[in-house]
Amino acid sequence: MPVDLVNALVLLANFVVVPAIAYGSQLALGALGITLVYGILRFANFSHGDLMAFGTMATILATWQLQGWGIGLGVLPTAMLALPAGIVAAVLAALAADRTVFRFYRIRRSSPMVLSIASVGVMFVLNGLVRVIIGPDDRSFADGTRYLLNARQFKEATGLAEGLTVRTSQLLTLAVAVVAVAALFWFLRRTRAGKAMRAYSDNEDLALLSGVEPGRVVLTTWVIAASLAAVAGSLYGLDKSFQPFTYMQLLLPMFAAAIVGGIGQPHGAIAGGFLVAFSEIALTYPYRKFLRYLLPEDMQPDGLMQLLSTDYKLSVSFVILVVVLLWRPTGLFRGRVL
Amino acid sequence: MSYLAGEDMHGGYGGADILRGCSVSVARGEIVVIVGPNGAGKSTAMKALFGMVRLRRGEVRLDGDPIGRLTPQDRVKRGMAFVPQTGNIFATLSVRENLEMGAFLRRDDISDSIERVFDLFPVLGEKHRQLAGELSGGQRQQVAIARALMTRPDVLMLDEPTAGVSPIVMDELFDRILEIRRAGIAILMVEQNARQALAIADRGFVLVTGKNRYTDSGQALLANPEVRRSFLGG
Repeated sequence: MPVDLVNALVLLANFVVVPAIAYGSQLALGALGITLVYGILRFANFSHGDLMAFGTMATILATWQLQGWGIGLGVLPTAMLALPAGIVAAVLAALAADRTVFRFYRIRRSSPMVLSIASVGVMFVLNGLVRVIIGPDDRSFADGTRYLLNARQFKEATGLAEGLTVRTSQLLTLAVAVVAVAALFWFLRRTRAGKAMRAYSDNEDLALLSGVEPGRVVLTTWVIAASLAAVAGSLYGLDKSFQPFTYMQLLLPMFAAAIVGGIGQPHGAIAGGFLVAFSEIALTYPYRKFLRYLLPEDMQPDGLMQLLSTDYKLSVSFVILVVVLLWRPTGLFRGRVL
Repeated sequence: MSYLAGEDMHGGYGGADILRGCSVSVARGEIVVIVGPNGAGKSTAMKALFGMVRLRRGEVRLDGDPIGRLTPQDRVKRGMAFVPQTGNIFATLSVRENLEMGAFLRRDDISDSIERVFDLFPVLGEKHRQLAGELSGGQRQQVAIARALMTRPDVLMLDEPTAGVSPIVMDELFDRILEIRRAGIAILMVEQNARQALAIADRGFVLVTGKNRYTDSGQALLANPEVRRSFLGG
């Protein structure tokens, strides 16, 4: 293979593939929570992004505490040790929101739209709480070894002009996402409670006739969705940084992911997460250097060769959302129509 | 002695009563069919027995005990099973998972019951890993009945089990229902295919505008010229 082609591919792997896999895993975990809540509780939960922020905040506070005590994980970020605190906080927040807000509308059998609007209220409350407790500023809590593979090492080892970096947080994100998703699917397919959840999502009336306890199904759903939210949010915070408002912005790509995959379909949410992540990053990446490796001298581009400015990153998920809703509202895996 | 009985039932879904003094009953090991014209309240009577329609007057008794205040779920626990006309399977679950959901309340080993259900409906045994929603209409009805049987009920209630299936499949389903009766289960069903249903029924109730018009053995109703003329198309 010609060296230029290898350099071009390494460049693409470094700036598109590796970041998109990490970002896609984070979106997938978030979208899973959204899709589960929609499948069981039958409303679009707009507070999911801030639930993520709330769980992440707890993870950060616990991380600082552990760091203060001098407890760490060596190579891995201390946040991994603090993650259970984030999960517990997110679960408690979700259950508190359900007890105080969502249950009231559920018992009255309000329309999904009413529940969704109520979730916007919950979103603002959670957002406010996070800002009051930890502040609106950028918070960094990553420690441990930052790079598993850095550009210089890669260049020295391969003799290529382009370097490939893999950050610890990126590989960690993928590993945690794989474990979380495997555990979720095992739970849904193999356990009694998981099957009851799927049955309830499929046919509520028949599930009730079969003796499924709706209260327990709802509780399980919140516990799972909030746990996934805390994990996804903490990984996102480790990978980028933590700022409360970015989590509210994550809502759009996460909803796009859930809807693209087919809402109510867990495997769809995962596929959707990666689709949205790859689209966002591939469309906003400047291809000038990439093309310089591939094209002959006289055809080399002068511009950045960027399809969209990174300022428009969010619009990518918005366009995906609109396209899917127009042409295939059930999503790739034939979910429900929102 | 009837095992399940609705006595002098009055009620409906709010507004005017649909049931206006109708009584139906079924004994163990007996097949009872409710027939009648559209809007006679056949399905409503069935739902009332199962606690899905509020009764303004009348009582439902199970083995002599009044159960009119129990929720449908509690009636399931008391040994009643109901197969609704629509939405009677979990379409996105496999056939076996449908059966497991039927046995959700049981804490004992259910493999015997699954075996017995597969003996009764061999095609379900062959397709036990397939999603129930991917099966044919007749096979779905088999899943629906099989799911209901997984609770080991004493009374099985079927709301139009042969709606929308071909005549051959209908005969097949009726054969299976006769087999279920042999286990001593009381079977109560509402049927559009009145003639075929009465042929396998021990007793039949003809309902008109929410009231009992004729009550007799299945054969006698089939032989009754008035019933034939008015309800069985000659």
